[in-house]
Amino acid sequence: MSAVAVAAAVVVAALTLYAIFGGADFGGGVWDLLASGPRRDAQRDTITHAIGPVWESNHVWLIFAWVALFTCFPPAYADIATYLNAPLTLALLGIVLRGAAFVFRNFAADNPALARSWSVVFGASSIIAPFFLGDAVGAIATGRYAWTSPFALSVGLFNVALCAQVAAVFLIGETDDRALRDDLRRRAIRATIAVWVVGLIPAAFARYAEPAFFAALTGSTARVAIAIAVVLGIMVMLFVARRQENLARASVGAEAVAVLAGWFGAQAPQLVPGRWTLESAAAPTATLTAFSIAVACGAVLLIPSLLYLFTIFKVRSQA
Amino acid sequence: MDHVIAARAQMGTSLAFHIVFAALGVGLPLLVFIAEGLWLRTKRRAYYDLARTWAKGMAILFAVGAVSGTILSFELGLLWPTFMRYAGSLIGLPFSLEGFAFFIEAIFIGVYLYGWDRLSPRAHWLSAIPIVISGGLSAGFVTMVNAWMNMPAGFRIVNGQITDVNPIAAMFSPPWLVEDVHAALAAYVLTGFGAAAVCALALLRRSAEERVEQVRAGLTIAMAVAAITIPLQFVVGDTIARFDAEHEPAKFASLEALWKTQRYAPVTIGGIVGDGETRYGIEIPGALSWLVSFDPSTEVTGLDRIPRNDQPPVAAVHLSFDSMVGSALLLLLIALAWFVTVLRKRRLSRWLIIAIAVSGPLSLVALEAGWFVTEFGRQPWIARGLLRTTDAVTVAPGIDVQFYAFSAIYVILGATCWWLLRRVGRSPQAAERKPLAPTPAES
Ligand code: HDD
Ligand code: HEM
Ligand code: HEM
Repeated sequence: MSAVAVAAAVVVAALTLYAIFGGADFGGGVWDLLASGPRRDAQRDTITHAIGPVWESNHVWLIFAWVALFTCFPPAYADIATYLNAPLTLALLGIVLRGAAFVFRNFAADNPALARSWSVVFGASSIIAPFFLGDAVGAIATGRYAWTSPFALSVGLFNVALCAQVAAVFLIGETDDRALRDDLRRRAIRATIAVWVVGLIPAAFARYAEPAFFAALTGSTARVAIAIAVVLGIMVMLFVARRQENLARASVGAEAVAVLAGWFGAQAPQLVPGRWTLESAAAPTATLTAFSIAVACGAVLLIPSLLYLFTIFKVRSQA
Repeated sequence: MDHVIAARAQMGTSLAFHIVFAALGVGLPLLVFIAEGLWLRTKRRAYYDLARTWAKGMAILFAVGAVSGTILSFELGLLWPTFMRYAGSLIGLPFSLEGFAFFIEAIFIGVYLYGWDRLSPRAHWLSAIPIVISGGLSAGFVTMVNAWMNMPAGFRIVNGQITDVNPIAAMFSPPWLVEDVHAALAAYVLTGFGAAAVCALALLRRSAEERVEQVRAGLTIAMAVAAITIPLQFVVGDTIARFDAEHEPAKFASLEALWKTQRYAPVTIGGIVGDGETRYGIEIPGALSWLVSFDPSTEVTGLDRIPRNDQPPVAAVHLSFDSMVGSALLLLLIALAWFVTVLRKRRLSRWLIIAIAVSGPLSLVALEAGWFVTEFGRQPWIARGLLRTTDAVTVAPGIDVQFYAFSAIYVILGATCWWLLRRVGRSPQAAERKPLAPTPAES
């Protein structure tokens, strides 16, 4: 692989991991907002419990992707940061408020009024952040940075649905209260259907308003990716219904990979269609090489540490 | 509001906010590590309670540090895209390494904060070590970027284009070592005096009668860290100043508000910095020349040798520098007084406890002033000699609205954080929402 391809793969991998793990945390916030029924408080406790130890490290994937982008593709980064200033700022506000609100509400537990207000902030910002991140991605795909276009906005909506789906599937294994698990199972299945339905909207807008992107979407790479994603979605529902939580988690993760890889595969080698290709935006080879070596060395430390974290807090709690 | 001013105000506010939490994020893990280690050794309950209380503060502070740091990393592109287009491939390496340091830090913060009941006491204690190391490294990597901005290295300019990019040379630009050590020490100075001040206040207010042993232990640990690091900070700070005298004459002349190039140059303390002269300052004749090279007849470059449009805002730099050094001197005296008292096995006098309570705000002043020195002192350049701040700013509209929005966020975050920390300090048991018991398996 060329140095540029390695760098691009790292950016996409970081974004995908953020979509899965960061997405699950945002989705947790969405479900926190939507918590209802007799087990409302128990639902919220499960979410708090699940997100607590991991959200800070999950969140670093975004920072890492952002840094990798400006290190390896500086002019495209400068372009994106300039023309998508507004949606990125809004996403940033969401990200900041989400993180702060999550911690604040936990520490304000004995002041119900304050805890409740921060809870609402937590839920609302968990929708705002993935919405505008999705919107920014959609805007890049238009090649015009058209972040207010119906297409880009509908990609934002799609991203929120995806986060909610991933979260619901991930959360099932976080509790062993049967009734609570059944609540979450229902949510996971509904969210999977919602992802399909909401996913049709950007496709429809693309059909009429974004011919270039629609052509890519109906190209062979994207078609395969979409087919795989749909099959994985069916598997998610199957595994959820059969109470095989770990397989369901794996499938929903793979589904997110298929969606992102499909999008990127359809767009490559364009980085911002019509403006920047991976080659034209690439940093000098010396930088790409140094970056790749740094990533390889960093991964040697990172992967065991992450596994350690998840073994302590995720595997044990569900065996 | 003017576009450039709005962007600079936003960046400056964000950095001034973040650096406090970042510095505490570097320093607090060390304090917690020491306290928990003492508990493991002595099995004295007070140390355990101390570690748990500090760890709760750490949880809150770390979260605010993480989100404010995220703001900064976005703002690099959102406010200064031209800078990033030029410099991204040069400064990306330390930022990428910093990303890994963040990962390790965030992972082990999760392990540490939520692992009290899940790990053996020893394993739990050891899990603080990666936090201490990666916290120091993340501050180090980002300060390397600041060093590069002061003295850009690792490239050549051919026909106005940057070529021969060498990211390793860029990462290790000449000031990196002194600035890294200085910034790391600053984090420990702030955390040491800051935590000691909180304990001192509790003693003065008698608000923690039933936990007085814990509070005294906290004061001792925190002051020990502060008293070791503050003298070192003088040595390192002095080294930086001498480095600036040689390599960054415009900044150095501004630190000292020295307008005329001269031998036997004086150190000027305070004063009113006017245009072309500094009046009413306290002058120590010959001292500056002596400090630069231990010979009072050394010639020191003044601002008269710096073209007008390359001069930093002299008054701001000079005032910040004096605030930093002035606070540092007071801190040194307080640390000395504490050290002598402990050495003579005396009880801390009420006056000394008051002084320690004051040392918290003083160390904050020193930290912020130090940041102002490095940033104002670099103006009008964003990367010295390479790119001017006015040329680096974004063309995106609405930056002033953003500035107001983020300022409001900082006020809210700062106030909530303050309020929660006070409650943690007062009744550490009550504050946190009870986590669910670890859930055993269902198969
Ligand atoms: C030791 C302190 C320090 C360090 C390590 C850095 N900065 Fe800085 N920076 C500041 C302290 C500062 C500041 C004091 O907060 C400034 C100066 C004036 C201002 O508005 O904010 C600032 C401004 C500032 C600006 C706006 C231009 C200006 O007004 O000067 C940019 C683009 C950067 N910084 C970029 C960076 C980057 C990419 C860094 C790497 C992390 C970085 N700075 C590290
Ligand atoms: C001397 C100045 C700085 C120091 C010492 C410093 C140090 C740190 C430390 C120790 C952390 C993690 C600990 C915590 O959150 O409490 C942190 C977080 C962060 N910092 Fe800074 N930082 C500085 C300036 C900056 C700047 C200028 C940027 C932006 C470019 C930045 C970006 C970040 C980011 C993105 C995070 C979040 C990481 C996470 O999610 O855990 N920092 N910083
Ligand atoms: C007498 C003691 C001190 C001296 C002579 C001194 C000197 C300096 C100098 C010359 C700089 C500018 C570095 C540059 O060229 O960019 C600086 C920066 C700084 N100082 Fe100090 N300093 C002292 C004490 C302190 C203390 C006590 C603190 C904090 C508790 C502190 C915090 C900082 C910080 C955060 C910076 C900016 C980071 C950097 O550029 O390394 N300093 N100091």
